Amino acid sequence: MTNLLPVPVLLAIFGAAVALVLPRRPGVQRIISVLSLSGIVTLGAVFMYWTNTHGPLALWLGGWAAPLGIALVVDRLSALMLFVASVIALAVLVFATGQDKDEVRRETPVSIFHPTFLLLVAGVSNAFLAGDLFNLFVGFEILLFASYVLLTLGGTADRVRAGTTYVMVSLLSSSLFLISISAIYAATGTVNMAHLSIRLRDLSSPVQLLLEVLLLVTFAIKAAVFPLSSWLPDSYPTAPAPVTAVFAGLLTKVGVYAIIRTETLLFPHHTVNTILLIASGLTMLIGILGAVAQVEIKRMLSFTLISHIGYMIFGIALNSTAGLAATIFYTAHHITIQATLFLVTGLIERRGGTSSLEGLGGLLKTAPLLAFLFFVPAMNLGGIPPLSGFIGKLGLLEAGAEVGTPLAWTVMVAGVATSLLTLMAMAKVWNRAFWGVTPTEQRRQEAIAADEDPDEIEDSDPRVMPPMQVGATIGLILFGLALTVFAGPLYEYATAAAEALRDGSIVRTVLPEGLR
Amino acid sequence: MMSANLVLAITAGILVAAGVYLLLERSLTRILLGVLLASNGVNMLFLVAAGKPGTPPIVGLAGENVSDPLPQAMVLTAIVITMAVAAFVLTLAYRSFQLHGHDEVADDVEDARIRELAEADVASASYEDTTFSDSGSDAVTE
Repeated sequence: MTNLLPVPVLLAIFGAAVALVLPRRPGVQRIISVLSLSGIVTLGAVFMYWTNTHGPLALWLGGWAAPLGIALVVDRLSALMLFVASVIALAVLVFATGQDKDEVRRETPVSIFHPTFLLLVAGVSNAFLAGDLFNLFVGFEILLFASYVLLTLGGTADRVRAGTTYVMVSLLSSSLFLISISAIYAATGTVNMAHLSIRLRDLSSPVQLLLEVLLLVTFAIKAAVFPLSSWLPDSYPTAPAPVTAVFAGLLTKVGVYAIIRTETLLFPHHTVNTILLIASGLTMLIGILGAVAQVEIKRMLSFTLISHIGYMIFGIALNSTAGLAATIFYTAHHITIQATLFLVTGLIERRGGTSSLEGLGGLLKTAPLLAFLFFVPAMNLGGIPPLSGFIGKLGLLEAGAEVGTPLAWTVMVAGVATSLLTLMAMAKVWNRAFWGVTPTEQRRQEAIAADEDPDEIEDSDPRVMPPMQVGATIGLILFGLALTVFAGPLYEYATAAAEALRDGSIVRTVLPEGLR
Repeated sequence: MMSANLVLAITAGILVAAGVYLLLERSLTRILLGVLLASNGVNMLFLVAAGKPGTPPIVGLAGENVSDPLPQAMVLTAIVITMAVAAFVLTLAYRSFQLHGHDEVADDVEDARIRELAEADVASASYEDTTFSDSGSDAVTE
């Protein structure tokens, strides 16, 4: 069983290699990508089952005795993340293959889309499975590099502008990550996380605090926690719809995952809770206030993405099993919903010709299916019962109430307000894009008011939505609903994952008796 | 007990400081130089972390004081990554030069828009529409 651990990463890298040498055979590329992603989904599910029944797995690569080799580790948390992430990646890939020729020429004009996408998944999987900090860094670099290429696909002026900011911010956070690693290695002589969790305890508390803050700042940039979040809303919206969807779903969550690992395994007695709590509250509020002000749906969703990262940080900052469990559940929920909403926005852009609310209207009449597809995940994001967003937020609020400090209550109030404002932002999209009259109709009415012949105004082209894209979106919505239907078992799983994170079972699995 | 090499540490600090200064420039080429300087500084930190120099860590050659091979392996990885980054940023700068005739980083569009609105002292166009109406049919029609 342990030998299966590297397979998700290898599948994605081999898939990318094969897809890369077949640039003129898009059909074969698609089949390879879908096959390797399906393999990763299956493995993710197998890992979830195995870690839930038998506990974590660890593999020391290269046949070196522990603690010399590179360790790959999977526990409940990483198995869940791997599973959800690969499901999203698969759905987004199917969505991307649904593009017709025109759209391909406009959005993803080069044959490297599939290999790069698979490398992104390889990086994400590697980050989730990494058992040591340096391997985590390598995972981050793989996914970041793939994301640079995906973000600047085609090299249009907009994408070059957005890509520049994104690349620079990522480079800065990578440098910080390297500085943290070198500092940690200098202080402890190891980079294996399980080994670190033992050796870090012996350091004096100022040194511990320094190392913890270094890592936290690094990961907070990746996770887009306020005040390190301002790079995100300007870089995501210009990319092609499938790319934005997978970025929004996965990349920031890898940062959240890394924060969870840092705060549970490396620094379980963390002292920065207060700062994290304040940061989480500010992330929620400032993110959502940014979202409410937007008229471009993709930008609005990028801001809601930032704001909801705040919820996850809140659960981590509570430093309790209940908070951690709620965060894990909420992360799984949010990966799915945010990616779904970006895919739906892709469909809106396709159907209505734009993703700006100023050029949309009356979609409820002209495209009722699209309205339904938007409605379900939007309500889920807003936290309407009984959907999974509600369950996750309820869990977080309960965990907050358990802790019960004044600061926790304040952030909880901010969380509820954020939830309402999210609903308001979604209602704004609904009001302006789905209700009202279509832009053509509106121009006709204006013509009548100006005593002109309304028939001169021609219908804007009725654009069809490719069935493959609609299918992929429906698939993701169903997956999101499954998170709601199976919320009971999933929440139990998340609680078990949180307990395992806090009781140090990883250390027992990874390290042999003598080193603990 | 490991003693840190102060000269290396200070050099690393200077390199990173110079790198950060260049990162704050507008031109992508200068930013790239900043990235390269900063990453060399970070690589030097790994040498500090490696501790005292010693004999090569090769089986058969290793004597009493073997130098630590792990930081060197990490630095090698970091160097390779930096090289790839440099290639990518150069491409970005060149593409930007093709498109605009210069390689300067543009302002965030949203920031620019909001600044314009603030200077003109008007509310954003979406301001009125954020109020809710209860039926869909008359949301826009007068």
